[in-house]
Amino acid sequence: MPKSQLTESRLLASKEEIAQLSRRKFLGFAGAATGLIVVASSCKKETTASKSTLDGVDLGSGDPGILNYAYALEQLEAAFYTQVIMSQYSGITAAETSFLTDIRDHEVAHREFFKNALATGAIAALEVDFSSIDFGSRASVLATAQAFEDLGVTAYNGAGRLITSPDYLVLAGKIVSVEARHAALIRELVTPGSFADNTALDANALDGARKPLDVLAIAGKYIKTKINASNLPTY
Amino acid sequence: MNLNNVLSEIEKVDADVYDRLDTRRSALRNFANLGGKMALAAVPVAFGGLFKKAYAGTKSTADVFGILNYALTLEYLEAEFYATSLMSNNLLPAGEVKNGIITISKHETAHVNFLKTAITAAGGTPVAKPTFDFSGGKGSGNGPFKTAFTDLGLFLAVAQTFEDTGVRAYKGRAAELVGGGDYLTAALQIHSVEGRHASFIRLMRKNLGSGVGDLKPWITGKQSGINTPAVQPSYDGEELTTQATINIININGFKISADAASEAFDEPLTPEAVLKIVSIFFAS
Repeated sequence: MPKSQLTESRLLASKEEIAQLSRRKFLGFAGAATGLIVVASSCKKETTASKSTLDGVDLGSGDPGILNYAYALEQLEAAFYTQVIMSQYSGITAAETSFLTDIRDHEVAHREFFKNALATGAIAALEVDFSSIDFGSRASVLATAQAFEDLGVTAYNGAGRLITSPDYLVLAGKIVSVEARHAALIRELVTPGSFADNTALDANALDGARKPLDVLAIAGKYIKTKINASNLPTY
Repeated sequence: MNLNNVLSEIEKVDADVYDRLDTRRSALRNFANLGGKMALAAVPVAFGGLFKKAYAGTKSTADVFGILNYALTLEYLEAEFYATSLMSNNLLPAGEVKNGIITISKHETAHVNFLKTAITAAGGTPVAKPTFDFSGGKGSGNGPFKTAFTDLGLFLAVAQTFEDTGVRAYKGRAAELVGGGDYLTAALQIHSVEGRHASFIRLMRKNLGSGVGDLKPWITGKQSGINTPAVQPSYDGEELTTQATINIININGFKISADAASEAFDEPLTPEAVLKIVSIFFAS
C-alpha cells in the first residue's frame, strides 16, 4: 500500500473514532435538550460509513445503536405474534386469542415506534426464521412466546445502562414493563404460578439483565439476517 | 454540524464533564470485572463499595441515596401489605391466588433486604420503616380501604394499585440514574418484577370476575377497573397515545387502536405524585 493511502486511511479511522466519542458525549446533552430528531440525524452518517466496511446489518453505535438493537428485537417479536394470530393453534380459547392479539398490537406499535424514531438511521427489515416453531401447537407457540418475552425483559434491563439520553432511557423503561406484563401473562398460560418464578428471577428477586451480544446470540436462532453489533457501546 | 463547536459549548456549561464521566465509567468497569467472580449474595456489598468510589465527593451521592431510599420506602409498603394479608385468616383462597401472593410477598421482602444492604454498604443510611395504615386513612384506620384484609376483591384492588404505582415510580426516577451503571441496572431489574406482579394481580382480578370491567394484564387508557376514585391518581396519565412526538394510533398504516397504543407503553410518575398517592397509607 502506498504511503499516502495508508496515512489517509489512518486519518479517516481516527476521525471516525473521534466523531464516535464526541457524539456519545454530545448525545447525553442533546437527549435532554432537544430530543429525538437531533439524535436520529446525528447517527446517519456513521451507520452508512460502517455498513460498507463490515458484514451484516450494522446496528450502529451510541444511543442510536441501542435503539436499533431494540428495533431488531421488536421486529422479531412483532413478526412472531403476527404469525401466531394469522395461523392460530388448535384449541385456542377466546381469552387467549384476545391476549395474543393485544400483545401482537403492542409489539407492532413498539416496532413501528422505533422505526419512526430512528428515521433514516433505522436498520432494514430483518428476515426471520421460525422453522423451529410449530404454529399449530399451543405448547410450541406459548413456549416460544415465553422465551421471547423473558429475553426481551433481560435485553432492556441489560441495555438501559448503555443509554446516555434520559429521554431514551425512560422510553425503554416504558416498554420493558409492558414486556414484563406480557411475560407474566404468558407464563401463567403455560404454568399457573410461574409469572415470576426462579427461572426468571435471581435469589434477590431481581429480574434478569443480559448484554446485547448475549441476547443476540440467543435471538440469532430466529433471525436469518446477519446482525453486526460490534459498534454498540459495551460494559 | 461542527462538533468542536458543540463540545466547547458543553464545556462552558459543565467544565468537568469528561473527567467525571470517565472516572465513573472506569470504576464501573472495574466492578463489572469483579462481579463475574463473586458469589451472588456478596454483590450488594461490592455494589456499595463501588458506589463510594464512583460518586464520592459529588452531589450525586445524596441524589442516588435519595432514590434508593425512595425505592426502599415503597418496598416497605408493599412487603408489609402482603405479609399482613398472609396473616389474615380466610382472606386468600388456597390455590393460584394464595400461592401467587406468597411468591410476591417473598419478592418484596427480598427487595427490602437488597436495597437496605446496598445503601448500608455504600455508606448511606437506610430509612426506617414507616408505620403504615393500609386503610388509606393516614393513621385513623378508617380510610377507604379499611376492609382490605377481609374483602378479597378490595385486597386485590389495592395490590394492583400498589404494583402499577410501583412500576410508574421506578420509571419516574430512571432518568436520574443515567450513568449509574449497576445501580441503574438493579433498579430496572426490580422495576420489571413489579411489572410481572401487576400483570399477575390483574389476571387474578379478571379471573375472579365481577366489577372489574374489561381488565387486562396491561393498563388500558387510564382505567383501573376499580370502583374507588381514591385510586385514580395512580392511573391518570397512562392514557398517552403519543410517544416522543410520534403518534402510535394506526402508526405507519398498521391498525393500532387508542387502547392498544396506550397499553403498549407504561408511563412514569413523578416522586411528588407517588408520595401524594402513598401518603394516605402512612400513619406516621
